[in-house]
Amino acid sequence: MQTERLDATFAALADPTRRAIVARLAKGEASVMELAEPFEMSQPAISKHLKVLERAGLISRGRDAQRRPCRLEAAPLREVTDWLERYRDLWEARFDRLDNLLEELEQKEKRHGRKR
Amino acid sequence: MAGKGSGKLRVTLPSDKEILLSRVFEAPRHLVWEAMTKPEYVRRWWCCMDGFTMPVCEIDFRVGGMYRYVMVGADGNEVGFHGEYKEIVTHQRIVHTEIFEPFPDSPALCTMTLEARDGKTYYQTLVQHTTKEARDMHVQSGMETGAGIALDRVEEIAQSLGTPQHDGEHATR
Repeated sequence: MQTERLDATFAALADPTRRAIVARLAKGEASVMELAEPFEMSQPAISKHLKVLERAGLISRGRDAQRRPCRLEAAPLREVTDWLERYRDLWEARFDRLDNLLEELEQKEKRHGRKR
Repeated sequence: MAGKGSGKLRVTLPSDKEILLSRVFEAPRHLVWEAMTKPEYVRRWWCCMDGFTMPVCEIDFRVGGMYRYVMVGADGNEVGFHGEYKEIVTHQRIVHTEIFEPFPDSPALCTMTLEARDGKTYYQTLVQHTTKEARDMHVQSGMETGAGIALDRVEEIAQSLGTPQHDGEHATR
């Protein structure tokens, strides 16, 4: 598991503004100005958030010097959702095994009578 | 997200800091309790993945006692958890800390409850990021690690990635 990368992704997504930016970019690329608009934040403030997202690899910036549109990079997000899925799968598998054990314990108890 | 297992487990995210696991076991409560608290039984279900072994399963089952579970993969990678029992109500409730060893500064608090109904056992565990200090430390350092952080948002985002037309409107708590 690339824990460091996962950390950076979690840290970047821990902030509600950054999550909103990511959600906005999920609909398509946007310039800093376009991103700043709905958040009622200054462009420098938005730029700061974008730097965090960029460092986490969640977004990339276009080359066009004027506009530098931001684009969402899906891979790190995928890593995080995979992490949640793995968590779920892990516990599901554990408890399915626990079911088998419980059945065995129940049989044993029936055979030997309850000792309490 | 379709799992590979029986689909009996529910994982919900009550808040940005919490994970709630719920499951019904078709077995009497005292057996679920034993299976979850005795090392010889825990070994049989906690380490569940192919190729993994569980070299450490220590349980000092008393308030103030510690536990430690370690899984080792075929590649030698270790996954360790440990914690301390804070509260034990026999057959009903266990409160313990949980430290995922790669992140020793991010303990979680787990509250496990078992409810007996119609011969079945209703299980729940709430995993909470505990102290305000831990949370503040996270905020200060800008580092948030571990389980349960904003995962519901992440899921929404992932879903919106799949359906770019979608407006992304969602209910918040």
